[in-house]
Amino acid sequence: MSGGLAIAVRVSRIDTVAANIKRFRLVRHDGEPLPVFSAGAHVIVTMDDDGHRRRNPYSLMSAPHDTSGYDISVLRVAESRGGSAFLHEKLREGDALTISHPVNLFHADKRGRKHILLAGGIGITPFLAMMAEFDRANVAFELHYAMRSREHGAYWQELVERYGAHRVKLYFSAENDVLPVASLLHNQPLGTHAYVCGPDRMTDFVLRTARECGWPKSNVHSERFLAPISGKAFDAELLRSGIVVRVGDHESILEAVEAAGIDAPYMCRGGACGQCETAVVACNGVLAHHDVYLSEEEKASGRKVMICVSRFDGTKLSLDL
Amino acid sequence: MAIVFRQETFRDDFTYRNSPGNIRRFPFPFDRDEYMYSVNMEPHVRGQAGTVYESLIDVDEHYVAEMQDRALVLKEDPLRYQALPHMMAAQWDTLELLMEEQAAGYPEHFTLIRNGDRWRWINRPLGIDDTFTFGDRSTLPYDPFEYITRQAQGDFCIVDQRDGNLWMDAGMVTTQADWSLDFDIGMNFMEWHGPVPLAHQIGVFDRALKFLLKLQLGKPTRRFNWTMTINPRLDTSPENYHKWGPDRTTVTPDNVGEKVHLRVELQSLWRLPRSNAILFVIRCYLISMNELVTVPKWARRLHRVLKTLPPELVDYKGLTRYRDNTIAWLSKHDDGAPTSPGIFPD
Repeated sequence: MSGGLAIAVRVSRIDTVAANIKRFRLVRHDGEPLPVFSAGAHVIVTMDDDGHRRRNPYSLMSAPHDTSGYDISVLRVAESRGGSAFLHEKLREGDALTISHPVNLFHADKRGRKHILLAGGIGITPFLAMMAEFDRANVAFELHYAMRSREHGAYWQELVERYGAHRVKLYFSAENDVLPVASLLHNQPLGTHAYVCGPDRMTDFVLRTARECGWPKSNVHSERFLAPISGKAFDAELLRSGIVVRVGDHESILEAVEAAGIDAPYMCRGGACGQCETAVVACNGVLAHHDVYLSEEEKASGRKVMICVSRFDGTKLSLDL
Repeated sequence: MAIVFRQETFRDDFTYRNSPGNIRRFPFPFDRDEYMYSVNMEPHVRGQAGTVYESLIDVDEHYVAEMQDRALVLKEDPLRYQALPHMMAAQWDTLELLMEEQAAGYPEHFTLIRNGDRWRWINRPLGIDDTFTFGDRSTLPYDPFEYITRQAQGDFCIVDQRDGNLWMDAGMVTTQADWSLDFDIGMNFMEWHGPVPLAHQIGVFDRALKFLLKLQLGKPTRRFNWTMTINPRLDTSPENYHKWGPDRTTVTPDNVGEKVHLRVELQSLWRLPRSNAILFVIRCYLISMNELVTVPKWARRLHRVLKTLPPELVDYKGLTRYRDNTIAWLSKHDDGAPTSPGIFPD
């Protein structure tokens, strides 16, 4: 299958860990250990929502060497396309899911002498695995974790207990605490790496500030998973398959293609990895690129599209699929 | 079935030979009558018995002799093994992978017993029975990567993935086609492929890098590379060029059959779980022209490939001095009949 080898799992436990955030423990259906993974990795979770197949990427937050199960945390988003609503409201302990093998697009640079982790809200999840790995290998790190409020933030109490207040700094916007990005990035020893995972505005701000502070690009890392953006429905002609698929308002091209029974390649389903890059053969209209993979020139050329997140507005779109 | 390991040498008296059964399983790399670079990658999955795809890490009759030759190379030049400090997790990943695959493919020769972090590894062909703690370097006689690659055929490079590139940050390289780990260590994918002609211009390396950066756990991939070597010498390194370079002047119309060897690399690439690095296995197979022409399809096809090879590749692969003699010798085994598709013997 195009997304990598699938693993059948069962939900062994569901915990509510903060307002709108639940944690799910996944164990292998056959009782065997899961693969070891590297911190920062995610899996694609495939859900069967009353016959409607949903697939979303979630970062693995459990310790990478713990093969007895994987933990993921899911924020219930208000404008959910269905995935987080299904996981929060319909999924029960004991239910079956399918996950991909872990894929890592957000790995720590193992040469780093010190690692600064900047988390915003649910963006904490990949850092939970990273901190477990750093701590085990006795590598220096600091977590700076921004949340809306004490009720909305997940895991902050246990993180302070486990790693100490000297390594875990908390910022609650409800209490007018602001993560001091500029002063933090201004004065760090050579060999430090910074990582950001959070809302887009936070990620943009951290990347811009790091650039202004003179950080080399190779020392600043970010991960953004972009949910497919909703929009007007449109048709996409698949030339190789010889069919036309209708892409619904809340559907991605990739999802529409899969619903038509076509096995298109994908990996992250979040516009980051490049696996679903598809050639555009004809385009009478405007491509709405939402990925972070294609370069600006490639986007402007109109000859490629990442079908997991990008959309189209116009009269005719023909793809090499 | 237990493999009968040959006693043979890859230097001095060159007693290396392929048994008739081993000739049939030689990985002949040409699936058509001409050759050009391409991103010739395919999933590395198990194939038919009697081929090199029988197991994902292939062990054959040359295993013991190759490991003895590796030990000799390392004794003379310890820099053939190197690993940068940040590659320790990848070293353990590699040890696990090679032990698991060898034990799965050849249970009569290798056994791995895992009891939590306490592992016992039995390698019967080399007479090794060691118990160690996985993750604890001090419980093995060498670095984990050096330890296991002294017990596995082929060269091994571990490439780290960062900044949208791959970096040659560890290697065990003693059976190489004229490249140096000591020179390439720390280089990125584009840098270490710098000397290859033609392929850069047609975008082969851009596409290959894009593909490899997305290599997934549990889905290894493979490709062939090839060149030719005079005498069955595994260690054709730049460091030892003075030993093997002059061999290329010794080919005459009468000794092509025994002197000239087709050298094939079966390269497999594996995403490693703990480190997110990629293990690059470069397994070298050698076959003399005398042995190769016992398969008529291969004799016809190699003759045609050599005749039509672009001059840049002839030079880069170092065939210039003996290509004409080899083509003339092979022409006697090419009656012009069409060859069947694919790489396997008819």
